[in-house]
Amino acid sequence: MASVTLRNVQKTYPGGFLAIKGIDFAVGDGQFCVLVGPSGCGKSTLLRMVAGLETITDGEIDIGGRIVNQIEPAERDIAMVFQNYALYPHMTVYDNMAYGLRNRRMAEPEIKTRVEEAARILELGAMLTRKPGQLSGGQRQRVAMGRAIVRQPKVFLFDEPLSNLDAKLRIAMRVEIRKLQRRLKTTSIYVTHDQLEAMTLADILVVMNGGQVEQIGNPLDIYQKPATTFVASFIGAPPMNLLPIKPDEFKSQSGGDLAVEAGILGVRPEDLVVSSEATSGIAFDLTVEAIERVGAETYIYGTRQRGAQSIAANPGETPPGEVIVRIPGAVAPDIGEKIRAVAPREKLHLFSADGRQRIGP
Amino acid sequence: MVEHRRFGNWLPHLILLTGVVIVAFPVYLAVIASTHDNAVIANGQMPLYPGTHGLETYWNTIVAGAGKTTRQPVGGMMLNSLIMALGIAAGKIAISIISAYAIVFFAFPFRMTAFWTIFITLMLPVEVRIFPTYKITSDLHMLDSYAGLILPLIASATATLLFRQFFMTIPKELVEASKIDGAGPIRFFFDTLLPLSVTNIAALFVILFIYGWNQYLWPLLITTRDDMQTIVIGIKKIIDVHDALTEWQVAMATAVLAMLPPVVVVVLMQRLFVKGLIETEK
Repeated sequence: MASVTLRNVQKTYPGGFLAIKGIDFAVGDGQFCVLVGPSGCGKSTLLRMVAGLETITDGEIDIGGRIVNQIEPAERDIAMVFQNYALYPHMTVYDNMAYGLRNRRMAEPEIKTRVEEAARILELGAMLTRKPGQLSGGQRQRVAMGRAIVRQPKVFLFDEPLSNLDAKLRIAMRVEIRKLQRRLKTTSIYVTHDQLEAMTLADILVVMNGGQVEQIGNPLDIYQKPATTFVASFIGAPPMNLLPIKPDEFKSQSGGDLAVEAGILGVRPEDLVVSSEATSGIAFDLTVEAIERVGAETYIYGTRQRGAQSIAANPGETPPGEVIVRIPGAVAPDIGEKIRAVAPREKLHLFSADGRQRIGP
Repeated sequence: MVEHRRFGNWLPHLILLTGVVIVAFPVYLAVIASTHDNAVIANGQMPLYPGTHGLETYWNTIVAGAGKTTRQPVGGMMLNSLIMALGIAAGKIAISIISAYAIVFFAFPFRMTAFWTIFITLMLPVEVRIFPTYKITSDLHMLDSYAGLILPLIASATATLLFRQFFMTIPKELVEASKIDGAGPIRFFFDTLLPLSVTNIAALFVILFIYGWNQYLWPLLITTRDDMQTIVIGIKKIIDVHDALTEWQVAMATAVLAMLPPVVVVVLMQRLFVKGLIETEK
């Protein structure tokens, strides 16, 4: 059990590429921290720096009150679960879990107790004598977790552990990882590019982009008050609608006080309602371009009938001028139909024109 | 491939059988010749059925040494060949697996230079560097010794390259997991890398054992004492006699005996050998 603190951590690769541009955050004892971001944002590099598999160019990493910059991975008291599991193919499940303990010269009876306990928790009891090649993806994933658990480390590190599983198993394992972490109360850092995984697992969510932290906080706070347009479009699916606005636009609908300056207006698809009534907020006149029915809800993709402008595209963002509306149920307008989507004022997000800053509400 | 051919499979079988006959007939001839009396062979009308002198010939060849021309028994030659072949195979595997380990898993200055230097030695087999190698071996007083037979032949670029290719398929995460599990470089080598390389080692062993067993030029150069002769050289010496009739039955028995150990190795290790060459799942 320990807290993990990063102070101005930087990583420069030989050749001068600055992969991590100074990161500060702290994960409290027993907390589950998720690093999320698009591929290439540096989240895995950062995790590997905590693990000791990458050198730290500048700054400090502190695990349980000890600066670990110069300490070998084996001595940092961490355990890591890899994306491809990295099980030893020639060892049985039991030996895979026991290997790290044997290297630490733990007594064999103690190893047996720990491995059997972990096998019980992960329901691997019947598979201890098998080799990884004889296991399914989900079972291998469990063995990888078991290898981490038996060590009883201060910190668990997860590097996209679920990305090799199929969609259904991924959801099941996600719940299991969360339950397990709650039960063991071990501080955890988890890397993923899946915003849904990030939202559901995290106590603290760290949204990263381009080697920098975009926003840190409670997942729901981040969802409700994204600090930048990047976070706004990355967290939430389908992504938030982001539209550039001019000072005089939307005045008729909002009573003249909505936009104080030029910027970017954001509104989540689920906050839009198809309605012809006037509202205190904003109204879009849309032409329906596409409909996606997923059963419980329906996504309407519409283009604005006027004033469609392009803005700087971030990954996962909707194309310029397109607005997504999420409505409950399966009853939707026809393609080509003209609709009006409205959102109340308190559901709107306003960002500065460069998208780097939230200016309201 | 499932096909229904009008004439069945007789044509492919015919071709294959022809191939088998072409390869096997000289071997059969050698076995037959080794069972006849020298006089029968010498008159040029050797029958194609087994003779009656087999046991006697093999006893004379292996244990007693050939009767008329006083000669070393082939048993000793076989032992020399075996020691040399095993030494070369084991030495080549040991050296190349270590160098491949260094080249693939460690970052050190001039790593690529080291790799290319090893690669270039592919162009320098013993035959090319035979004089300097002989000089060094002789300066080190290793003529007429097992060390002299084995050591100059064990540096192997081929095996190093093979291990390098295999090591490069091992996921980086496996190394990292070992690091986190507290295994240092030596432990990783013995606990993980070596067990994973078993099939590769077996495949290489088969190839290298036969390579070592079949060595001719090098042993011919550095062995002068009769008790250090290898069997491959023995065959040649048995055929090359002056002022006497070549004892063909002994020569043929020696040839058959020289064939046996490689055959045994291939048969015993066939399964591992094939697995080592085709296995891709890691």
